[in-house]
Amino acid sequence: MRLRADRLALDRGGRRLFSELSFELSSGQALVVRGENGAGKTSLLRAIAGLAPLAAGALELSGGGDDAPLGEQAHYLGHADALKSALTARENLQFWAAMLAAARPRAGGRRAAGVSAALDRVGLGHVADFPIHALSAGQKRRVALARLLAADRPLWLLDEPSTALDLAAQGRLHELLREHLAAGGLIVAATHAPLDLPDARELRLGAAAAA
Amino acid sequence: MRKAAAALFLREWRIARRIGGGAAVGLVFFLILVTLIPFAIGPDLALLAKIGPAILWIAALLATLLGVDRLFQSDEDDGSLDLLIHGRLPLELVVLVKCAAHWTAGALPLVIASPLFGLMLALDARALALTAASLAVGTPALTLIGAIGAALTVSLRRGGLLLAVVALPLTIPVLIFGVAAASAASGGAAPFAPPFLALCALTLLALAGAPFAAAAALRLARS
Repeated sequence: MRLRADRLALDRGGRRLFSELSFELSSGQALVVRGENGAGKTSLLRAIAGLAPLAAGALELSGGGDDAPLGEQAHYLGHADALKSALTARENLQFWAAMLAAARPRAGGRRAAGVSAALDRVGLGHVADFPIHALSAGQKRRVALARLLAADRPLWLLDEPSTALDLAAQGRLHELLREHLAAGGLIVAATHAPLDLPDARELRLGAAAAA
Repeated sequence: MRKAAAALFLREWRIARRIGGGAAVGLVFFLILVTLIPFAIGPDLALLAKIGPAILWIAALLATLLGVDRLFQSDEDDGSLDLLIHGRLPLELVVLVKCAAHWTAGALPLVIASPLFGLMLALDARALALTAASLAVGTPALTLIGAIGAALTVSLRRGGLLLAVVALPLTIPVLIFGVAAASAASGGAAPFAPPFLALCALTLLALAGAPFAAAAALRLARS
């Protein structure tokens, strides 16, 4: 499986964020996007997810044996956690598992973890039946991370995944990311925090945009 | 796909039930509107009975549009809309299922309670039944039209008033045929069937068109 970005350019509010940005990523590889505030990290992730238009260039995810659009093969974890505060963590995850599950299981892909297993993996099994509004910011973030496990999608697009996480949870996050890569997944993460990933490639936005 | 649709319906239903502003508040709002009118008009039973169906329809229209501005706004605010766009369900079906849940939680209680409120407007038994029937058939169209307005105003802060400005003119045909059908029963000389069938047609039209219009508006808001 291979993600190819060819000479991307992005505009936001009439301002050109970057242009001529190319990179390639194959199964088991992670790309860490770095750059100052406002360099276009979130915009790049949203463009890959198909949530914002590209000003120029092309994006392609090939070799997955699935002809679904890129956005439907990607998990997008943005600044917002996409959780309903009136529902419990379990209800939220059950909904997203049904909504985001792939139409066909991916060849060689991991089976999606059950909702309870996913919550256990992020260390939240004990608050599964609490409404989201009773959880702390870090716990909400971990429920959002459990969503990545509850439905199997090969490409993870993570925007500041470690926000609000304590040290132990950050360790767990890195563990989940490494497992995803080992299972042949792809990760594009925008972050300021160090990510403990084996041979992650780095993309610096702002100064000179080249991979 | 059916599983995803069922999961979405269940989620919307639970949220509507747990957060205030769902069924109960809509019903109370409906009740207040219906009780205010007799106070404003005075104790003229004949006049009340004559305009009763229209009052019920106006109240249902306002109560239906009351919660519809949160239909997509809350999903936009917490980031859910970004994920729904790339879920298993086409966005058109997402709109349709959300409307179905919103109607079941918000408008269906109004339809069921409308005969009770009609009593306060001195409607007779036949008028009560036919008004309830016209509301049952017509309110889905109101919800769907409201969904178009909600999708158009999703990226605006406090788009509630704008939503009313956008959606209310579109509800005029529904209101005309709804009230015509409902008042055919209360002393009107006109027959019941033609406006009632036109109302059914409007709802079917909204069912076929509104999901596409609302989904297009939601996609437009991304780009």
